[in-house]
Amino acid sequence: MPVLSGVTFSVSAGEAVVLRGPNGSGKTTLLRTVAGLQPALAGSVVGEDVAYAGHADGIKGALSVRENLRFWADVFGMREVEGAMRAFDLWALRDRAAGHLSAGQKRRLGLARLAVTGRPLWLLDEPTVSLDAASVALFGDVLRGHLAGGGAALIATHVELGFEARVVDVAQFRAVAGALDGAWA
Amino acid sequence: MIRLVLRDLSLAVRAGGGFGLGLAFFLIVVVLVPFAIGPEAALLGAVAPGVLWLGALLACLLSLDRMFALDFEDGTLDLLACAPVPLEGVVAAKAFAHWITTGLPLVAAAPVLGVLLNLPVAGYGWVVVSLALGTPALSMIGAFGAALTVGLRRGGLLLSLLVLPLYVPTLIFGAEVARRGATGQGGEAPLLLLAGISLGAMALLPFAAAAALRINLR
Repeated sequence: MPVLSGVTFSVSAGEAVVLRGPNGSGKTTLLRTVAGLQPALAGSVVGEDVAYAGHADGIKGALSVRENLRFWADVFGMREVEGAMRAFDLWALRDRAAGHLSAGQKRRLGLARLAVTGRPLWLLDEPTVSLDAASVALFGDVLRGHLAGGGAALIATHVELGFEARVVDVAQFRAVAGALDGAWA
Repeated sequence: MIRLVLRDLSLAVRAGGGFGLGLAFFLIVVVLVPFAIGPEAALLGAVAPGVLWLGALLACLLSLDRMFALDFEDGTLDLLACAPVPLEGVVAAKAFAHWITTGLPLVAAAPVLGVLLNLPVAGYGWVVVSLALGTPALSMIGAFGAALTVGLRRGGLLLSLLVLPLYVPTLIFGAEVARRGATGQGGEAPLLLLAGISLGAMALLPFAAAAALRINLR
């Protein structure tokens, strides 16, 4: 069943695009399609390698903060994890088991994972969930740094991240519900 | 990929990782069999190869549903699917890690437990060789079953039903190698077939399992 149709937009280097729309409007579906996790029913996604951060952070509670980041850095063929830990204020927690972190700290670790992938395009699905105001500001700084370095980001969020970003409203691409209702009648 | 194997191994040996679960189950089954069958040495010796193989197979089955389910629940599988490693390689790495944590301890424990079952002296080498060649097939076939059922809540029952029929050829030839070895006949012919099953599973099933994972991630 199509969720969205006629979606067309582009994200260029150094640019952040914010996806808006009410709950259930297809933001996550769109992000997962762009990430290549599910195929589009029609059309195509053209572009660079992406790093995806969904609702789940992919963190192993039995491993320490440093080991979690180390693993993802190795998977993506990168070396350096210390900078990401410092940028997300995780340095003091580096040897703590990730299972003992608070929800906000886990989220910061999940976002720090993006920084160690070395991928240019970040796909962020509600990145600020369970972050406090200071952490949101911290994340905004890291994101600005990423954009300034030629990166790009596609963000589904309801929160102001504190910088200029083009907004794409997903609701305008909703597949026509009336036509489907007719099909089932 | 090596990194993935190492991570799975370190997760397995830490608290709550499930390392030793299969081994403990194997131990319990084999220790209880003499109580159930009775102390008649000749009878025990005759069933020993089959009991060792059946115990190893069920012990392998026990830990299968954790193979992908944990990574699926915490989102790791989504992230690995976006990572620059082929999903086929992820499957192979996870099956290999499962074999090291489950299959290899069973291979090592089998000769010790053979003593409890009065396994004939000639059979020890054959039991170890047959388990060493057969358990990789159990892990790989199990990985395929786990990939098929990864998105399901309480998928363990379905997983067992799917995987057990696929385990039958491995069990037949594996137990046959051990039985022939223990009775002094050469076990080479079934051993070759067992090795063939293992190699076939390792060559083909990573692709099937990766395709199943892609569908389940949608």
